[in-house]
Amino acid sequence: MGMAAEAQYHVLAVDDSLLDRKLIERLLKTSSYHVTAVDSGSKALEFLGLLEDDDALAPSVSLNDHHQDVDVNLIITDYCMPGMTGYDLLRKIKESKSLKDIPVVIMSSENIPSRINRCLEEGAEEFFLKPVQLSDVNKLKPHLLKGRDKESEPSINKRKGMEECYSHDKTRTKYDGLEVV
Amino acid sequence: MDRNHLKRQVDFMKRSLLDQGYLDEQFIQLEELQDDDNPNFVEEIVTLFFNDSARLLQNIEQALVSGPIDFAKLDNYMHQFKGSSSSIGAKRVKNECTRFKEYCTAGNAEGCFRTFVQVKQEHAILRTKLESYFQACISFIWQDKLDHLGLQEVKLDDYMDEGGSLIMDLYYKYDEAHMIK
Repeated sequence: MGMAAEAQYHVLAVDDSLLDRKLIERLLKTSSYHVTAVDSGSKALEFLGLLEDDDALAPSVSLNDHHQDVDVNLIITDYCMPGMTGYDLLRKIKESKSLKDIPVVIMSSENIPSRINRCLEEGAEEFFLKPVQLSDVNKLKPHLLKGRDKESEPSINKRKGMEECYSHDKTRTKYDGLEVV
Repeated sequence: MDRNHLKRQVDFMKRSLLDQGYLDEQFIQLEELQDDDNPNFVEEIVTLFFNDSARLLQNIEQALVSGPIDFAKLDNYMHQFKGSSSSIGAKRVKNECTRFKEYCTAGNAEGCFRTFVQVKQEHAILRTKLESYFQACISFIWQDKLDHLGLQEVKLDDYMDEGGSLIMDLYYKYDEAHMIK
């Protein structure tokens, strides 16, 4: 494995709903991503090699060798989960030296502007309204490419407070820029 | 029945389900995720939904009839149920869930009871309709494949067991034997 000329991007999907996990997995695989799906934030952190209350295990001192092979290019997580929410997970990832550069996308069935803003301000690249569709997954590519190239930090602009994000209905509003439609 | 007739039947049933609001665009999205490598994706997801929802509905019913009503708990169950409904495009069911949640938020027990009856009803209706729909899909796929081999029409009734469900084994074994791909 791994000898392919073009390596696949590896996406970690986090959702407590089995149905939604199946769905996101299918969506991602259709787009040729390699997928690992877990059912909680803590399992996600475990997979990423980050123990909950500790700082990140630097790969070179990892106690568990297998984690050194884990190479995740993007994390897509549900917001509402029991225990650790998607937001909590996002924060932990952004606070971690080893993981903070991995792009994170949040999914939620609820269109709550303050929630969306909070996630974006905490560093989420995108916020998808559920049910997630293929058109949403198609928006992931640029973030994956950006993640690969660590020199381009996500622009600070997008974190300016956007008071109300409206949105919704059929069109998925992109929150990438400052534009409030 | 010939292949074209069966195809028209499938299309008609789908159109009806959409027009009458039982399903929405999300269901179409699911069908678009189905391909030769994942030919049963929609049916798998829908089966998952009905297994899951049976459990949730039972929990909700329990919560409604045993003792003082915990609206927060009810809302939580219904949130999960609504999410799954939305993920498969179960529009009417989802709408009833929304109404139920509104009554929860308002702490209106009577409203919850009334709406719950509606939720169960829509759920049962959808289940029946989707079962018919999937049977029609199978009939078409079956006939299509037989046509492809230039064989005579097969009466599917011969392959129905008492429960009225197609014996899928036969179908798959036929596939393997003739290496249809």
